[in-house]
Amino acid sequence: MTTKTPSKLEKILSEGHLAVTSECGPPRGSNSEHIIKKGELIKDHVDAINIADNQTSMTRLCSLAACIRLKLMGLEPVLQMVTRDRNRIALQSDILGAASFEINNILCLSGDHQSFGDCAQGQNVHDIDSIQLIQAVRHMRDEGKFLGGDDLDGKPQMFVGAAANPFADPFEIRVPRLAKKIAAGVEFIQTQCVYNLDKFEEWMKGVRDRGLHEKVYILAGLTPMKSVGMAKYMQKRVPGMDVPDEIIERLKGVEKGKQADEGIKICIESIQRLKECEGVAGFHIMAIEWEEKVPEIVEAAGLYPRPTVN
Amino acid sequence: MIVADRKPIEEIIGYLKDHKNILVLGCNECVTVCEAGGKKEVGVLASALRMHAKKEGNEVKIDEVTLERQCDREYLDEIRDSIDQYDAVVSLACGVGVQFTAEQYHSTPVYPGVNTCFMGATEKRGLWTERCQGCGQCILATTGSICPVARCAKRLFNGPCGGSTDGKCEINAEVDCAWQLIIDRLKALDRLDEYEKLCPLKDWSTDRAGGPRKVVREDVQQ
Ligand code: SF4
Ligand code: SF4
Repeated sequence: MTTKTPSKLEKILSEGHLAVTSECGPPRGSNSEHIIKKGELIKDHVDAINIADNQTSMTRLCSLAACIRLKLMGLEPVLQMVTRDRNRIALQSDILGAASFEINNILCLSGDHQSFGDCAQGQNVHDIDSIQLIQAVRHMRDEGKFLGGDDLDGKPQMFVGAAANPFADPFEIRVPRLAKKIAAGVEFIQTQCVYNLDKFEEWMKGVRDRGLHEKVYILAGLTPMKSVGMAKYMQKRVPGMDVPDEIIERLKGVEKGKQADEGIKICIESIQRLKECEGVAGFHIMAIEWEEKVPEIVEAAGLYPRPTVN
Repeated sequence: MIVADRKPIEEIIGYLKDHKNILVLGCNECVTVCEAGGKKEVGVLASALRMHAKKEGNEVKIDEVTLERQCDREYLDEIRDSIDQYDAVVSLACGVGVQFTAEQYHSTPVYPGVNTCFMGATEKRGLWTERCQGCGQCILATTGSICPVARCAKRLFNGPCGGSTDGKCEINAEVDCAWQLIIDRLKALDRLDEYEKLCPLKDWSTDRAGGPRKVVREDVQQ
């Protein structure tokens, strides 16, 4: 496939390599050391690094600034942008700001509801939704115009991504919803964490049946479990997360001090199985506050060294 | 209808602490149906205020009136002859009624006696739920007659989000996911294929975002 942007992630995918991306949560304060450290830890093992945008509605250092930090280190950031906190003026403005620093990847999201975070009494914006944000970025990039119709002085050269959750309800709408995102112009997808591989493969089959895997790069999301407690929490408390009982049983089966290792093992096995799943174009490894484990996972899963592209 | 809920009595007592002649003013429309500000609730609040005044040893006169509507000058005029007896009004109408009463009686303080909540329906006695936010450009024709503006916590036009679980919204397991309802309804109408149509960016200029709104109908004006 030909590329449309200078994005390194797009290049790697278009050359047919399995891409590897990861994610860093920005700090809860202005101290940018964390972000630099996290970037250093994983930079040789991933092709691009997502920076979350006030995930779970906990206020943090902004995604744009953290992406600029990574960019200045010579890394490849993916700017996550939620429609919860910005109207169409602010969204377009931040897209241009990011593009001015040659941030070439964007992930369009609606964002978790603010009631989960530290400003539950705040307003939300939701002027447009995540699918409309995909359209907006594509419009700016491809037409060279603002949403209001005026010409842009400099088009944002962004490879446009979105999330997909194969496990949320109603399941029957999950493939059509992907089709809708593709119709809006999405170019890559990073999925919700996959623990229920059977269900994921069932979704992928639906994706292939409609030929959607040929229209979008799908990166399967993976998060290693640190403990039984974490697995139980994700199963019960995180909306749209599907953690099968077998995962919990398997973690329970090893002694406490070994559960984290078992979690890593499960993650690696999942990658190995999903490598065989037609239509999976790469992996998005989200090791939440556990970034140091990313290199180990990438290596053990046979995804190292990372390809070089010009 | 407009759904309101009762305010804590302590809050109302706080507003009234310096007043001696008080009119508790109910409304016979929406707030009567949702049992927050009709004749019955006017009686309950007035008695509570009298008891409180008595306990505190205060000499306070409290009268009760319930108008047909407080959002109509014609009915508000019914208290014109008596309003000067009062140094405060507690209106149990919605926020519209409170303001319209204040506009008519410029020199009398009018306090809100209820919290105005939303436009909604009566599911059953004691349970009212939101349906509409008056966005000024109704899109229900494309969403199976279920409103994502009022009923999706993220007002998604191309939902559902990834948090929809067992038909419930990610914010709370007691709230229906609007998009599950939309999809169920499209299915029942045999129009599920319409789900894949992209919903264009909404023009919010007719919503609150556009500033205070009015409807002008010259054809019916006299
Ligand atoms: S689309 Fe607008 S007018 Fe129609 S029900 Fe929803 S909020 Fe009300
Ligand atoms: S769960 Fe459903 S109602 Fe709640 S925010 Fe998501 S799409 Fe909207």
